[in-house]
Amino acid sequence: MTGKITDLETMGSADGPGIRLVLFLSGCKLRCLYCHNPETWNKHAFRREISSEEVLKLYNKYKVYYGEKGGVTFSGGEPLMQSKFVLQTIKLLHQHNIHTAIDTSGVGEDYDEVLKLVDLVILDVKAVDSDEYKSITGRDIKDFNTFLTKCQNLNKKLWLRQVIVPGINDDEQHVLKFKQFARGLSNVERVELLPYHNMGISKYNELGIKYRLESTPNMDKDKCKQLEQLLNN
Amino acid sequence: MEEKLFENVWRNFKGNNWKNEINVSDFIISNFNEYTGDDTFLSNPSNKTKAVWSKCEQLLEEENKRGGCLDVETGILSGITAFAPGYIDKENEVIVGLQTDAPLKRIVNMYGGTKVAMKALEAHGYKINDEVYKYFTTYRKTHNDGVFHAYTPAIRRARSNGLLTGLPDGYGRGRIIGDYRRIALYGIDRLIEFKKNDLRGEEIDGNNIEENIRLREEINEQIKALEAIKTMASSYGFDISRPAQNAREAVQWTYFGYLAGAKENNGAATSIGRNATFFDVYIERDIAEGTLTESEAQELIDQYVIKLRLIRHLRTPDYDELFAGDPTWVTETIAGMLDADKSLTTKTSFRLLHTLINLNPSAEPNLTVLWAKGLPENFKKYCAKISIKTDSIQYEGDDTMRPLYGNDYAIACCVSAMKQGKQMQFFGARCNLAKSLLYAINGGYDEKTGKMVVDGLEKNTENVLTYERVRRQYSEMLKRIAKIYVDANNIIHFMHDKYAYEASQMALHDTVVERLMAFGVAGFSSAVDSLSAIKYAKVKPIRNDQGIAIDFEIEGDFPKFGNDDDRVDSLATELVQEFFDDIKVHKLYRNAKPTLSLLTITSNVMYGQKTGATPDGRKSGEAFAPGANPMHGRDCTGALNSLNSVAKIKFANCCQDGVSNTFSIVPNALGNNENEQIENLVSILDGYFIQGAQHINVNVLNRDLLVDAMNNPWKYPNLTIRVSGYAVNFNKLDRAHQEEVIARTFHEKR
Repeated sequence: MTGKITDLETMGSADGPGIRLVLFLSGCKLRCLYCHNPETWNKHAFRREISSEEVLKLYNKYKVYYGEKGGVTFSGGEPLMQSKFVLQTIKLLHQHNIHTAIDTSGVGEDYDEVLKLVDLVILDVKAVDSDEYKSITGRDIKDFNTFLTKCQNLNKKLWLRQVIVPGINDDEQHVLKFKQFARGLSNVERVELLPYHNMGISKYNELGIKYRLESTPNMDKDKCKQLEQLLNN
Repeated sequence: MEEKLFENVWRNFKGNNWKNEINVSDFIISNFNEYTGDDTFLSNPSNKTKAVWSKCEQLLEEENKRGGCLDVETGILSGITAFAPGYIDKENEVIVGLQTDAPLKRIVNMYGGTKVAMKALEAHGYKINDEVYKYFTTYRKTHNDGVFHAYTPAIRRARSNGLLTGLPDGYGRGRIIGDYRRIALYGIDRLIEFKKNDLRGEEIDGNNIEENIRLREEINEQIKALEAIKTMASSYGFDISRPAQNAREAVQWTYFGYLAGAKENNGAATSIGRNATFFDVYIERDIAEGTLTESEAQELIDQYVIKLRLIRHLRTPDYDELFAGDPTWVTETIAGMLDADKSLTTKTSFRLLHTLINLNPSAEPNLTVLWAKGLPENFKKYCAKISIKTDSIQYEGDDTMRPLYGNDYAIACCVSAMKQGKQMQFFGARCNLAKSLLYAINGGYDEKTGKMVVDGLEKNTENVLTYERVRRQYSEMLKRIAKIYVDANNIIHFMHDKYAYEASQMALHDTVVERLMAFGVAGFSSAVDSLSAIKYAKVKPIRNDQGIAIDFEIEGDFPKFGNDDDRVDSLATELVQEFFDDIKVHKLYRNAKPTLSLLTITSNVMYGQKTGATPDGRKSGEAFAPGANPMHGRDCTGALNSLNSVAKIKFANCCQDGVSNTFSIVPNALGNNENEQIENLVSILDGYFIQGAQHINVNVLNRDLLVDAMNNPWKYPNLTIRVSGYAVNFNKLDRAHQEEVIARTFHEKR
């Protein structure tokens, strides 16, 4: 079986430890207000198919740069919409001692086996509050909570992330709430805030989808850094 | 008496071999302490350093205001003892010595050629003293005169049509690195003793008459130069007839040696060697003896670097076009490995890089780190940190070069390795490979001037170019130009030795020295992509009335160099190997060993201007990519693919004079925060060099910043970037060069 991807990054430096091969898999159930990859929503609108062996081959091509710390990250879209492919690829990569990570919202399908094997879960926490979660993603928070519980039961290593959007969650109160949430979890290795940017607008135009945050400015990077400090001390 | 002196200056130093022969490397190996710790020990600039540097900053600003040249000494010609001692701020200078009697005042050197010197003076609004001029031109013949008395018609045509450019036939060839450390370790008198010993032979070898006679004359020239260095140093109040007895003297003595070379010669690249670990031995001893503090150690290195930042040579506008931004290539080579396990990193390796913080970023000295897998992790991280902050460091693969050059080599200019004191180089500029391809298609006629340049070649008359045919014609052309190119360099270096011999620099080499003759190419990636276009797409030449292809129509896509695609990368590796083999078959002056580089410095802009449209779609006059870089924007499948393509070019027995790669990446593509950026840059450098790569300039910056700096230069007085084997102050580049730098690929996050 092959994976359906919209893109890949051979020098990923933001999605997991070290330098990594990052695959952007297509398909996502969420419709987040600030999503900057709307082209990944539709599972069948991929750019190319890739086999697990090809992933390994690609990894090997750049192995010398990835070193001991780097590895492969499955991102998207939502990688757990293609759990079978992800599972099969992780198994192959693990045979070669390659570190694996998933960059997920926690809302996917048939991911239990993936979760057992993957080395790191980078979890995008859209919101902690259920109403807010719904207003950002358009879905109930239930699936997210289920995923999180499974992670905790397996004691999976977690990196938590949240996108900070002006006017939605860029205040201290929100951040402190997120902090409290993170403190309540075990095996959290890192918590970070990502500043919202509107660089995805052109993709919406191309796809003929309405962009709902048209009047929202980009998140100030310095302010986001300050909020992150609040989160981490 | 003498024995006692040596016992004292060499107190507590270990090892014996180096005491009985000239062998600085053995001294270092016997005495240095590898440092594997971090950068927390480093000191801020001392008050004295601040005082001296602030005066320099004023002078540099003034120099800039006056169009890039502060002053010229027009009444005295170049020479080791020609100038009275000069100071910046005497009481605060810990290391002293200037090229002339005042900082940034340039020397007129006419030994290379009077015409070039006069042009340079005129360009800056100066005129040489009439008496001096008359005297010199009446009694002296120059290097330039000699060369043109011997040049063949074929060389003249190749030269004037831009097929061979930048040849050092009117200015100093440079690239020679004296082993300046020898003065500190042995003192001048001991060095003279050794040279006199080399003169002992009672007879001239009848099988080698010319070389023998010439060498005897040269040794005497060298001895004269050593005496002159001693005299020059004594004008500053130092007796360098004896060895240095502490760290300050070691730095000072070494610098005097370098300074003598910079007074005597005006070579394009006047590099200083690999000194940090040598200095560190003295610094460690002084610290152990309680006579030097960390702050004072940093002060020595800071002030040494200040002196190197003030080195200047008088240049013509033509020269500036080739080598933009007034570079001097005071290349200082740092770190590297002793063997597979132990590095030559010391605290002074850190101190030297730390000058970029203490004295702000700067283009000179050209700080060059010899990178190796085995360097201490802390040092690697420190390098990456300073690179990200200052864009002022270049890296060269020690694991790639050490097997060929040992563990005591240094880099001259940008990428040229040579064993210190044991090898010298005949710098040979470069041949335009993209233009050569056009000549292959046009039967030796120049596509810009319409002139016949290389005769006896068949013209291609195909409507659609076929790869086999063009490639065969290209091979023919490469053979022809290789011979012309070799002839040119043999003549140039014969005359340079004869009329502008670098006695002070050669005095700091072994008498029997190995000579390398460094050939080079320009237009590399454009030539490679052109071959790929002809092979994989459909290329139709558009010919003028004379039947010369002046443009090309390209149908279809083709693989481009810089995307880790073997279909085209193999064309690249084949091409340079073939050209090197074509050079290798010829006999070289003084039995020099040929080497080849993929390095254009900034001449890629000028070379591009002189070259018509090429089959890869590059327009007439458009700049080439620098060195071994993929063409601008064509390496579009990721930074690592770009690096992988360049890393495929073979160093040993092919491009052994260097493969220059200039790499720009935006900060957030390296990581989200400083720590990640540092770690990831270290991984990238490790990965690149593990593959046998030789060189990389690293710039971590956004294109917007450069655009802003181009439009608002006053906002960025210290903006330094790596361009091609050297760094420049961005403001010192002219508009064409600034635009070319901005057009280069900036690897971004996807």
